[in-house]
Amino acid sequence: MTQHDFKPLRLHVPEPTGRPGYPTDFSYLHLAPAGAAPRPPIQARASDTADLAASLVRVLDDEHRAVGPWAPQLDPERLRAGLRAMLVTRIFDARMLIAQRQKKLSFYMQCLGEEAIAVAHSMALRDGDMCFPSYRQQGLLIAHGVPLVEMICQLLSNEADPLKGRQLPVMYSRKRSGFFSISGNLATQFVQAVGWAMASAIKGDTKIASGWIGDGSTAEPDFHNALTFAHVYRAPVILNVVNNQWAISTFQAIAGGERATFASRGVGAGIASLRVDGNDFLAVFAASQWAAERARHNLGPTLIEWVTYRAGAHSTSDDPSKYRPADDWQRFPLGDPVARLERHLEGLGEWSAGQGEQLRKEIEAEVIAAQKEAERHGTLLDGRVPPADSMFEDVYAQMPAHLRRQREQSRSES
Amino acid sequence: MTMIQALRSAMDLMLERDPNVVVYGEDVGYFGGVFRVTEGLQAKHGRTRVFDAPISEGGIVGTAIGMAAYGLRPVVEIQFADYSYPAYDQIVSEAARLRHRSAGDFTAPITIRMPCGGGIYGGQTHSQSPEVLYTHVCGLRTVMPSNPYDAKGLLISAIECEDPVIFLEPKRLYNGPFDGHHDRPVVPWSKHPRGEVPEGYYTVPLESAAVQRPGSDLTVLAYGTMVYVAEAAAADTGIDAEIIDLRSLWPLDLDTIVESVKKTGRCVVVHEATRTSGFGAELVALVQEHCFYHLEAPIERVTGWDTPYPHAQEWAYFPGPKRVGAAMRRAMES
Repeated sequence: MTQHDFKPLRLHVPEPTGRPGYPTDFSYLHLAPAGAAPRPPIQARASDTADLAASLVRVLDDEHRAVGPWAPQLDPERLRAGLRAMLVTRIFDARMLIAQRQKKLSFYMQCLGEEAIAVAHSMALRDGDMCFPSYRQQGLLIAHGVPLVEMICQLLSNEADPLKGRQLPVMYSRKRSGFFSISGNLATQFVQAVGWAMASAIKGDTKIASGWIGDGSTAEPDFHNALTFAHVYRAPVILNVVNNQWAISTFQAIAGGERATFASRGVGAGIASLRVDGNDFLAVFAASQWAAERARHNLGPTLIEWVTYRAGAHSTSDDPSKYRPADDWQRFPLGDPVARLERHLEGLGEWSAGQGEQLRKEIEAEVIAAQKEAERHGTLLDGRVPPADSMFEDVYAQMPAHLRRQREQSRSES
Repeated sequence: MTMIQALRSAMDLMLERDPNVVVYGEDVGYFGGVFRVTEGLQAKHGRTRVFDAPISEGGIVGTAIGMAAYGLRPVVEIQFADYSYPAYDQIVSEAARLRHRSAGDFTAPITIRMPCGGGIYGGQTHSQSPEVLYTHVCGLRTVMPSNPYDAKGLLISAIECEDPVIFLEPKRLYNGPFDGHHDRPVVPWSKHPRGEVPEGYYTVPLESAAVQRPGSDLTVLAYGTMVYVAEAAAADTGIDAEIIDLRSLWPLDLDTIVESVKKTGRCVVVHEATRTSGFGAELVALVQEHCFYHLEAPIERVTGWDTPYPHAQEWAYFPGPKRVGAAMRRAMES
C-alpha cells in the first residue's frame, strides 16, 4: 500500500521565536561583524553580490568606530546634520503621537528606530531624484528640510493642508522635494519608481529614482513586477526593502523571510543586491551612495535590504504588546541608530552629551512652535477643514458635467 | 483605413508630434502587436519609444504611472481586456486617484489600450467587455470607438488628455463593421464610409456621443459592435430607431442622450457585457432620472447573459439583431 510509504504531510506555518512574555531569539538575523563585508566596485554584476545579499554591510563596530571598506568619508559637519534630521524625525513622531492621543489628528504612524535609513539615504541622493516612499519614510521629507508646519497641516487635514484634506494623515506628497504621493495601497509605488527611472533613461536624463517597500509588502505582486522591470530595462533605480521584522502583527518569516534574505530576491532577479545594517547611519549612507552611483553611471538597479527593527507600534491603531515581547527593541542586536551615531561622533571628539541635550531641547521647541503655527489653520477638533466643495476638484483635470451637478447638489443639501 | 490602421496612424502621429509619447506592452515592439496595431512603429520611432514588455499587466501599468509622474505620456497596451485584472490595483488605486490624492501635485496622463468584446469565438478570456469595472472608477475616462474614423480621432484625444483613459477597442470591428449577422459575409472597412480616415492630425472630442442613425420611434443607446447590431435590428424590424453611439462611456455626453429620449419617448440600451450591474444599469438610471415624464414605455436592456462568455454557444450569448429587434418591438408595443 503506497499510502503507507510516507508519513502524513504537514503544513509549515512560520512563527516568531518571541511572543508576549517570551524573549525573541535574534540569531535568525545572521549578523556579520562591522567591516567584514567587502565593497565591490560599482560595476559589480548581480551574481558578484550574492554573498553580500546573504551577509550584512556594517561600518560602526561595537566601540562605535567606523571600520572596513564601506566606511564613508563623511565630515563631522554632515554627520551632525544627519543626526539632527534623525532627531527631528524622532521628536516630531513623538509629538504627533501625543497630538493623536489628544484627538487633534485622527491617525499617525511613527518610524521610531528606522530614522537612519531615510535620513542617510536622502543625503546620498541629489536634487531632482525622486523617491517613491511608503508611509514610514517621513525622514526623507525632514532630511530635505520640508517645513514641519506644512507636514503638520497635512496631518491635521486643516485649512492649510496642501492635500486639501483628501488624504489620511502621513500620506504626504511633495513633488518639489522628490517625494512621490503616498498611497494606502501597499507596494504599488515600488514598480512606479521603476517606471520613473525608465522615463529618466528614455529622455537621456541623469536623474535616478528610489523606491521603498517594507518586508511584509514584498509579498505583493508589485514587488516582483518592480524587480522584473528594473532588471529587464536596467532602470536607474534603487529598490529599498526596509526589513523592520514586522508587518503589523506578522513576523517577517510569514512574508517569506525565513531561511532567505530579502536581498537574495534581488540577486535571483539579476539585480545587484546588498543587505545592510539599517541602524548604522554610516553604512546606510555608504550603501545608498554605492547604489546611486551605479544608477547614475547607467550600471542598472540595486536592491538594498535594510535590516532594522520597528521599535514603535505599527500605527496609532495598533498595540504590539498583543503579539510580541514588550522589551524587544532593547534586545534587538543592532540597537538604536540615533544613539549609535552619537557615540560615534563622541568617539571622534565631535559630540558631547551636553550638545545632545541642548540639540534635543532646541528641536523640541522647534516642533512645538511648528505645531502651534499649524494649529492656527485649524484641527480636526475645531472642524476648520478645507471646504466640501473642494472634494470635487482634481478628480479630473477639468471638472466633468456630472461632478458639477453633484457639487451643486452637495451645496444645496448641506 | 481599417480600425487597426487608424489606431496605428493615431499612435504614429502622436509619437511624431510629442517626444514624451511612448508606446509599450506585450509583443507591441518588434512584432507590432498580436493585432498588428503597432506594426512598424518601433522600426520608425526606435526601441526607446516603442518597446516590448514583460508579461505583467501590473508592471506595465505601474511603470506607466511612474513615467507619467516623470512627465512622459505613455500609451500602453493590455493584450486583451480580459487580462487587465492583474493591473486593476494600479489602475483603480493609483492612476485614477493620483491627481486627486496629491491635489494636482502628480498626474497620470496615460492611455491604456485594450482589445475587448466578443463575436469572435474567443471563449471566456478573449471576449469579455469589462467597461463597467472602469466606468465605476472615479478619475478614469472610458472610451470605446466603433469605426476607424472615430478610433483615430478618439485615440489622439485620449493621448492628449490629462486624465488616465481606458481605451477599449472592439476587436470584432478591427477589420470591418459587424452587425451580428454571423451567417453573412463581413464587409471590409474599405467599403464603409466611416473607413475614410484622414492621414493627418484631427481629433474626435471626448464626452461627445454621435447620432449614428437619426430616427423618431425610439432611442437606442449603444457603443462598440452593438452600434451595427442596432442598425441591423432597425433595418430588420422597420422600426425608425435613433441610434446613439456613446463613444465616451464615462464621463459621457448626457445632453445628446436626453435630447433624443425626450424626442422619441422610448429607450433601448444595448451592450455585450453581462447584465447585472453592467454599464447599462447606469444608462437606464440616467434616462429614468432625466427623461421620466417623457417616457412612454419601460426602458429595455439587451445585454450578454449573466454567465461567463462561452465558446460553443457564441451566438446564443452574443446579443444579435434578433434579440435587439425583439426588445425594440417590446418598447414600441408598450
